[in-house]
Amino acid sequence: MKPVNELLAASSRHEHWTPLLEVAVREVFELMLACQLAKPEPVESPSLNVTAMVGLAGRMCGVLSFRCDARSATLMASKMLGVAPDKVGHEMADGLGEICNMIAGNFKNKINGMGDGCMLSVPTVITGSDYSVYSQADSPPVEVRLLFEGLPILISLQIHS
Amino acid sequence: MNSIRALIVDDSSVMRKIVERSLRQAGIELSQVLEAGNGAEALGVLREHRVDLVLCDINMPVMDGLEFVKQLATVENAKGVPVVMITTEGSETHVVQALSCGARGYIRKPFTADQVKEHVVPILGGKS
Repeated sequence: MKPVNELLAASSRHEHWTPLLEVAVREVFELMLACQLAKPEPVESPSLNVTAMVGLAGRMCGVLSFRCDARSATLMASKMLGVAPDKVGHEMADGLGEICNMIAGNFKNKINGMGDGCMLSVPTVITGSDYSVYSQADSPPVEVRLLFEGLPILISLQIHS
Repeated sequence: MNSIRALIVDDSSVMRKIVERSLRQAGIELSQVLEAGNGAEALGVLREHRVDLVLCDINMPVMDGLEFVKQLATVENAKGVPVVMITTEGSETHVVQALSCGARGYIRKPFTADQVKEHVVPILGGKS
């Protein structure tokens, strides 16, 4: 187990990435879905049962995850495809995976030296909420909480140094 | 203005639709849109069909976009067909790598229809 002072140092090292991650998320939604994200009121954590994940390897190792509920994921895919939400089928997972992938790419390209030194995995999408994630991250995650069409989304970057 | 035949290569079907829509929003008339999920599939499509433009992702399973561009010269139908990469890999190294492999343009995701227009229209010359 790492000493507390090491964890705190790692935490403060990544804290300044939160605004960059938020900008990366907002840009993806503005450019690809033509919508603005809002800041949520502090409320209890809602049930977010669709998760997209992209792995990062190289100069920065970790996992970027994007969580929302099925209604939001369907609405996002419908906006990406330009069709009504009731016409969205299997594209829901594909769309969410692409959003997560674009956020990860956009975020790493905003950090000096990471564009070249960090590779992204293809996205994985999990539906359901009955699972646990074990991470080797050595610092608290960099998290951004926003509202998409009034529905909560949570973007989390867990970094292994 | 002539309409063109385009091949869109991306492992995400949603992204292929977005790229197609962006081409139309950029004012590019499309007479035919072909799709492929990776570089190997795209080479197969090009052996059967002639196109005027290829838009291609980089990170894909089976065969990535850079390998696809390298192998394009082996397909008779595809000689001289311009390829524009559309990818999340946005570093200068990736851009240089793609251009040295034979790509004619490079668009970073996320992108706008205006960016597609800016990068694609000059490559098409008088075709669109």
